[in-house]
Amino acid sequence: MLRLEPRPAAPAWLELATPVMAVIATMIAGGVLFALMGFDPVAAVRTIFWDPLFGPAASYSRPQLLVKAGPLILIACGLAVGFRAGIWNIGAEGQYIVGGLCGAAVALAAYPAEGAWIFPAMVLAGAAGGWAWGMIPAMLRNWFGASEILVSLMLVYVAQRLAAWMAFGPMRNPEGFGMPGSRNLQQYPSAANPELVAGTGAHWGVVAAALAVVATWFLMSRHIRGFHIRAAGLAPRAARFAGVSPAALVAFCLGLSGALAGMAGLFEVAGPGGQIIDSFGSGYGFTAIIVAFLGRLHPLGILLAGLLLALTYIGGELAQLTLQLPAATVQVFQGMLLFFLLAFDTLTRFRIRSARAMA
Amino acid sequence: MILDVTTLLLLISAATPILFAALGEVIVERAGVLNLGVEGLMIVGALAGFAAAHATGSTALGFAVAAVAGAGLAMIFAVLTQMLLTNQVATGLALTLFGLGLTAMFGKPYEGIKAPPVPAGPLGVNAMIWLGLALVPLIWLGLNRTRAGLILRGVGENHDAAHALGYKVRAVRIAAIAAGGALAGMGGAYISIAIVLQWTEGMTAGAGWIALAIVVFAGWNPWGALAGAWLFGGVTVLQLRLQAAGVAVPVQLLSMAPYLATILVLVLISARQTYARGGGGTAPGSLGRPFHALR
Repeated sequence: MLRLEPRPAAPAWLELATPVMAVIATMIAGGVLFALMGFDPVAAVRTIFWDPLFGPAASYSRPQLLVKAGPLILIACGLAVGFRAGIWNIGAEGQYIVGGLCGAAVALAAYPAEGAWIFPAMVLAGAAGGWAWGMIPAMLRNWFGASEILVSLMLVYVAQRLAAWMAFGPMRNPEGFGMPGSRNLQQYPSAANPELVAGTGAHWGVVAAALAVVATWFLMSRHIRGFHIRAAGLAPRAARFAGVSPAALVAFCLGLSGALAGMAGLFEVAGPGGQIIDSFGSGYGFTAIIVAFLGRLHPLGILLAGLLLALTYIGGELAQLTLQLPAATVQVFQGMLLFFLLAFDTLTRFRIRSARAMA
Repeated sequence: MILDVTTLLLLISAATPILFAALGEVIVERAGVLNLGVEGLMIVGALAGFAAAHATGSTALGFAVAAVAGAGLAMIFAVLTQMLLTNQVATGLALTLFGLGLTAMFGKPYEGIKAPPVPAGPLGVNAMIWLGLALVPLIWLGLNRTRAGLILRGVGENHDAAHALGYKVRAVRIAAIAAGGALAGMGGAYISIAIVLQWTEGMTAGAGWIALAIVVFAGWNPWGALAGAWLFGGVTVLQLRLQAAGVAVPVQLLSMAPYLATILVLVLISARQTYARGGGGTAPGSLGRPFHALR
């Protein structure tokens, strides 16, 4: 019989090794799943993890890597800050949608004016929209003690319906021949979020994601607020005695993650997405939770994890085209990845001993 | 006429999936475990139940298979949180994401097929509604008037004390998680087999999360879960009736009602629990805390 013995501190190499082990285990389990479904497991795993970068059509899929990783990293950076403090913002998807709606609203209100102020104003509106949507669960928790997990999650469904209403109602393109969906912002130069360097896929959202990685690293390891956040997560009572206000921390963490998710939504609607449609939410807000955990809640880790999960998105699309794999394969992979990650994490917190050695 | 028999039946039917899932989660949380994967369990139950009912033509068999599928998926959560002591919030989320992905992957062949009809039971109400209603007093009795229920609550209130008394904390919790998974799976199957009458991707649409909120509203009590589920059913039916009556509010905004109502109820009940201690019932003492026996 095996049993777990707590470790005083995890060795550094194990902290780094567990995410890698989780990825490898996911590939193996995924291969088994594909084999059971009657696909060639080696070809399927190679199509998802290798071909988007180095396969025959890689020059088309490589730029997509940054397009998909940008929003994931941007959202995950904000989420990780809250998760460190034990504040669970599960509703980043909703904040992403509302940020996109607010940013698009500025652009649609300004249309057809041209001006250098329009895009920055949209970014601000996107951040403000996401921030406000994140502040709802923050305030309800601070004032009434309502669970931020459930409230932020409920608000995802509200935001999805808000986006559908906007696409069919107030934001519908007046020149769109009655089709649902807003004007395409890519065709509106002052509001568009174009590819900055041809062939890389990098748009302003990718720049913002890179800045967010640096900023959250600074916040968490060099700023007193980051110290408070870590303290509150590890020892809430001790943090309170040290003068950390739990309510202020809840507002800060949900506001920050909401603002970053909102910006991600805006960059998406002004860039790759182009318009508000009824299914505007794309699941980035949920996948970003996996990115945050896979990155060990550390900005650099999140950078790598975001790139990896972006790869699974692109690889999943590729596998759908070339191998006729179901579209939801990626979701299953992402769920399995989180399971394996949590399981392997046990190794960093506990030593596995046989019960006989203990006695 | 706003409240006639048909409307009432519609309300009770709309409340049934939430009732099953919430009752299951009451058992799980009373044992001190926070399983946020209810949404994932429900969607897996919805597909497994639908597939079994379609294959056999028997809805009863469909619900049974859904219960087994829910309990089976919940075992992943049980092994991770109870054996490997992972974070319950993160593991529950993983369960939901995994369940949604798994059903999207295997559900494709079932899209557009009609479910076999659920046979009408006594008073024209199907057996699942009766079962849901019967489970409320049964679970209440089980929790409050039996020795097993006492042990379960003891494990949930203070797992260290329960362990010191010699109770198997881990075994009790795994059993509770399995029971909760089975009930959530049946609740999910009710959506696909008895309400929507077909399978569509992501069809539980947050029902599992609403059930989690209703457990808080219920004060971790089965009777409260019934009240919460009916409240939710009432809001859903009211919203559908308003849509049908052609009220000048867009459909998308009306369909926000159940989610907004859930937030409102959650806020009211949390405020009561925060500001008036003792009122409304409080969370089990060891809720969400991992248990690790050193001796």
